[in-house]
Amino acid sequence: MLEINKLSVKYDNIRVLHYISMQIRKGEMVALIGANGAGKTTVLRTISGLLKAESGEILFEGKDITKMSSHNIVASGIVHVPEGRQIFTKMTIEENLKLGAYLQRDKSVIKRNFEKVFSLFPILKQRLHQQAGTLSGGEQQMLAIGRALLGNPKLLLLDEPSMGLSPIMTQQVFSVLESLKKEGITMLLVEQNAYEALEISDRAYILETGNITLEGRSSDLIQDPNVKKAYLGGD
Amino acid sequence: MRLRDSDLFRFIVFVLIPLIVIVICGFSSGSYYAGLVNLFGINVILVASLNLVNGFSGMFSMGHAAFMAIGAYAAAILTLPANQKLISMPGLPEWLIYMKLPYPVALIIGGILAAIVALLIGFPVLRFKGHYLSVATIGLIVIVRAVLDNEDQLTNGARGVTGLPNYASTWIIFGTAVICLFILYRLIRSSYGRGLIAMRDDYVAAQTIGINLTTKKISAFCISAFMAGVAGGLWGHMQSVISGKFFYIDASFKIVETSIIGGMSSLSGAVVGSLLMTFIPELLAPLETGIEVFGIRLPELYGASNLIMAALLIVIIIFRRQGIMGYSEIITESLFSAKTYSSVLKKSEYKKLCDIVAYKIKVFRSRLKSKGA
Repeated sequence: MLEINKLSVKYDNIRVLHYISMQIRKGEMVALIGANGAGKTTVLRTISGLLKAESGEILFEGKDITKMSSHNIVASGIVHVPEGRQIFTKMTIEENLKLGAYLQRDKSVIKRNFEKVFSLFPILKQRLHQQAGTLSGGEQQMLAIGRALLGNPKLLLLDEPSMGLSPIMTQQVFSVLESLKKEGITMLLVEQNAYEALEISDRAYILETGNITLEGRSSDLIQDPNVKKAYLGGD
Repeated sequence: MRLRDSDLFRFIVFVLIPLIVIVICGFSSGSYYAGLVNLFGINVILVASLNLVNGFSGMFSMGHAAFMAIGAYAAAILTLPANQKLISMPGLPEWLIYMKLPYPVALIIGGILAAIVALLIGFPVLRFKGHYLSVATIGLIVIVRAVLDNEDQLTNGARGVTGLPNYASTWIIFGTAVICLFILYRLIRSSYGRGLIAMRDDYVAAQTIGINLTTKKISAFCISAFMAGVAGGLWGHMQSVISGKFFYIDASFKIVETSIIGGMSSLSGAVVGSLLMTFIPELLAPLETGIEVFGIRLPELYGASNLIMAALLIVIIIFRRQGIMGYSEIITESLFSAKTYSSVLKKSEYKKLCDIVAYKIKVFRSRLKSKGA
C-alpha cells in the first residue's frame, strides 16, 4: 500500500534520514521504533507532506506522493495523528471531530464515521459540547485519533500515541489501536514504548540515527537479543 | 440568573436601542452626532473584517488603510460627474471619465479592486509563516500613499479629491455593516471558518486534517480586503474629501488598535471596540482645548485624547490580552438568531426578564444592607 524508496530528508544542511526504504501492506500494522532523535517523526512528517524529501520517493497505492502538498495527501487517504495530541483546545469536541471530516463531502460517510468514533470512544459522545482543552491527556489522545478517523483514512500514521500518558491510559490507547487493527485499518505506528509496539504490530522497523538497522516480524524482533538490549531493557 | 441569558434583554440592548439610535440619526443627517454614529458604523465594518485576518486566522495585517484608499478612490472615480473629473483627474482614460455608476455598484467594484490588490500582495507573502504579512502590508500603505500623492493626473495628487456626493447615508452605512457582520458571522461558523480557527490554533494539526493553509490565508485576506475597500468607499462619500494622508499608517494603526481593544477573535469585539474608539476620543476632545472642572480652568492639553487612548491600549494588553469581548460572540449571536426576535412576542420572556431584574435588585439591596451593618 505504501512504499518508501531510498528516502532522504534534510533539515537545512543536516541529513536526518539516510536513504531509508520501507513497505506497508494493506491491513498491516507496522511499528517504527527508535530512540529520541532517530528520525521517526521525520519519517511520518515526510509521508504526510509536512516536510519535503531531499531525494527518494514515496508511493501510495502505486501513486507518487513525494511532491504532493499535505492537503492533497490527506485527500488521497493518509491521515497523520501528530505527536503531542495536537487537538484544538479552544474548540468543542464536536468541532474538533467535524474538522477531522474537513475534506469529506459525503454526509452519509461522515455520519457513519461519527458513529464509528462514538462506538470506539463513548466518552467523546458524552462530552460532545465540552471544550477539548478540558479533557484529560488520555482523552485528548482519543480525540486526536477520533478526529483522524473522521478523515476516512486508508492509512493512519500515529506519532507516539502513548507519549506523556499514565500506564493505564497507555493501555487504553493500545487497546483502541488493537480494535482499529481488527477493523482492517492500515497503520504505521511510531513509538518509543518499544515493547508495547512490538506486541501489537505485525512487523517493525528499527530506526537508528536516520538509518534502518533492523526489520522483520514483530514477534521475531521481540526475541532478538540486540533489540532486547537496546530497547526492551532486558539482557 | 444573568441578564444576558434573557432573549428579551438581548433584543432590547443589541437590537432595539441601536435601531432607535440609527433611525434618529438617519433622520437628522448632517448633525454632529449623526456623523459620529455613521463613523462608528464604518469602523465596525473595518474592524470586523480585520478581525477575520488578525483574530480568526492568526495572521497579522496592518494594511487596512491601503485597501480603504483603493475602495475610496475607486468609488469616487465611478460616481463623480464627468465635468468634475475633467478638472481634477484629467489623466483618466476617456471611458472612465464619462462612466457614472450607481453608488452600491461603485462600492462593490472598489471592494473587488481592493481584493485584487490583496491577492497580488498576499500570494507571494502568505506562503511563508511569521510576520512577513505585517511588514508587507505596511509597505503596501506606503506604496499606495506614494501613488496617490504623485499620480497627479489620475488622483489630483496630494490635494486630494473633493466634492464627493454625499451618498453614504446612515441607512446605507448600517445596511452594509449588518450585511458584512452577517457574512463574517456565517463564515466563521461554517466549515471554512472552523478551518481558519484550526489554522490559527495549530497549523501542523490543521495540515494533517487536510487544510490547505495557503488558499485559506489568501482567501481570508482577500475577503477582508474586499470589505475594507467597501468601507473605504463609504468613508470617502461620508467625508466628501479624500486624499492620501487620510489613508496612511496612523489610520491603519487606529483600526488595529480598535481591533485589539475590542477583542481580535470576536466580531462582537469589533462592535464594542469601534463604539469605544469612536466616541471616547470625541468625549475627550474638550480636554485638548481646556475645560473648566469645579471652577478650575485646566490648561489646553493638546494630544491628551491620543495619550489616553494609548494608555487604554497598554492597560488592555496587560490585563485583558484577549480584548474586552475575548472570544464571546454575544452581540452577533443576538443579532442573527431568530430567538432574539421571537422573544418580543412571548409573554414568558417578559416575566423572565422581570424576575431577573427583581432578583438583581434584591441582591443589590442585601449587599447595601450588609455594608451598612
